[in-house]
Amino acid sequence: MKPQVAPPAAAALDVDRIRRDFPMLDQTTRGRPLVYLDNANSTQKPRTVIEAESTFYAEHYSNIHRGVYLLSQEATAAYDRARQRVARFVNARSEREIVFVRGTTEAINLVTSSWGRSNLAAGDDVLISAMEHHSGIVPWQLACEATGARLRVIPVDDDGELILEAAERLFTPRTKILSLIHISNALGTVNPVRELVAMARSRGVPVLLDGAQTISHRAVDVQALNCDFYAFSGHKLFGPTGIGVLWGREELLAAMPPYQGGGNMIHEVTFAKTSYAPLPFKFEAGTTNIAGTLGLAAAIDYVEGTGYEAIAAHEAKLLDHVLAGLATVPQVRLIGRPKERVSVLSLTIDGVHPHDAGTILDLEGIAVRAGHHCVQPLMARFGLSATIRASFAFYNTTDECDALVAGLRKCVEVFRG
Amino acid sequence: MSELRDLYQEVILDHSKTPRNFRTLSTVTHEADGRNPLCGDTFTVSVTVEDGRIKDIAFQGQGCAISTASASMMTECLKGKTLEEERNLFEWFHRLLTAPPAVGSPAGPLGKLAVFSGVREFPVRVKCATLAWHTLKAALDRQAKPVSTE
Repeated sequence: MKPQVAPPAAAALDVDRIRRDFPMLDQTTRGRPLVYLDNANSTQKPRTVIEAESTFYAEHYSNIHRGVYLLSQEATAAYDRARQRVARFVNARSEREIVFVRGTTEAINLVTSSWGRSNLAAGDDVLISAMEHHSGIVPWQLACEATGARLRVIPVDDDGELILEAAERLFTPRTKILSLIHISNALGTVNPVRELVAMARSRGVPVLLDGAQTISHRAVDVQALNCDFYAFSGHKLFGPTGIGVLWGREELLAAMPPYQGGGNMIHEVTFAKTSYAPLPFKFEAGTTNIAGTLGLAAAIDYVEGTGYEAIAAHEAKLLDHVLAGLATVPQVRLIGRPKERVSVLSLTIDGVHPHDAGTILDLEGIAVRAGHHCVQPLMARFGLSATIRASFAFYNTTDECDALVAGLRKCVEVFRG
Repeated sequence: MSELRDLYQEVILDHSKTPRNFRTLSTVTHEADGRNPLCGDTFTVSVTVEDGRIKDIAFQGQGCAISTASASMMTECLKGKTLEEERNLFEWFHRLLTAPPAVGSPAGPLGKLAVFSGVREFPVRVKCATLAWHTLKAALDRQAKPVSTE
């Protein structure tokens, strides 16, 4: 496992300048400057993303793929360019492999519904991990109910890491797919996807990776990952809500039945038989989130313009800083100590319920998530019903790390009473 | 920080740390489990009703300070009350937590329960403060259980 050390070439981020690009970071809440540490939940938007959407609506709006008029042709061209931008972003072989969806959840549901129901049968195994977000569990449970397949779960150890030897044993000739969260939304663990993908692919098992937490921290290259499906959301990449991406290997997507039927996804409709549009339109029924795709492309431009190496270096610095601060509050317990993690931390405070801590931090202007983070089975694994999660993005500062530590100390004081 | 002190008043902190009637009952006529799916808090509220009156009431489970203190103070306040008084108090309690600020916080017959008025400033926490009450309502709305001596 590589230590989290920035390559020396990565130039330091000018965080002050970056923060000026994000209007929300200049807001106050409860009469205090906003300290936004809920980035694993959703990220703030730079002005270029907001403007990409508003300019489209104010100056260029029309539907796509419909009109013979110039405006519609221009909107269609912009939509197509956004898809090409996403294809370059994840290093897809072709833009036919990029399907626009509402978000990671819909991307996974597309695979479980379309691929799942046509490839799973009674007695088959679906392999997931104990670290999955509910969106990596429930859609597969629905597919299992519909087909008679069974869910198998790769366990997690006390450090918050997947147990690879157990994974190895869980692969059987009945294993039909591995569906895995790339980076844990609750613990920040970077899963050893290289090993797990190799384990699956060497047995002819396709792999879906949930990249919802990856894209704001690490560059994604689907060809290097060698997976079969990759899912992510725009709103966790400093882009709009309601837009996300499913990347799929073209030969798999081509063989899959449509997910939803309707306009835009057809070649020809008669009452006797309907033929479908080519990829990726086969999977994009109805009018899609056109403005969202333009916002997503702008978000990708922003992040790549900032540079993943510089982002990783800055976030590693924040992580070191906040971990050192947390170590000074003896009542704080970190959940999981994975060898490789991004700047996402789950913690508890002795004697303070996470929801009470969330409210006390809120009064300090600090936004964190308190709860089960849509990973109830993982919480149960650690004997918890909830944690406080602080998650940092590249626009966060060491001062904000200190504010969090001070806020947690205040939680301890309020309840010491 | 007055909002903080308004919410986490000493009485609330005290009840959350040492909840009263945090036990099981020997005679249970009504019982229900309540769960706040948002945070995973769970409570079981058990009651002994005799002649339309709450003879005994207790709770078990785990939750945040607000939900625990609310459950604890609810049991303290309702012991000996009639079912009609219970319904009336829940209505007043609910109004205390949800009335718009302009209305003020009429405490009516709430007595000590008025310490929860600070919750109004935190709409997301209203569910914490009312979890035990909703659970009690679910228990009382059920047919009386045959007396169990668990």
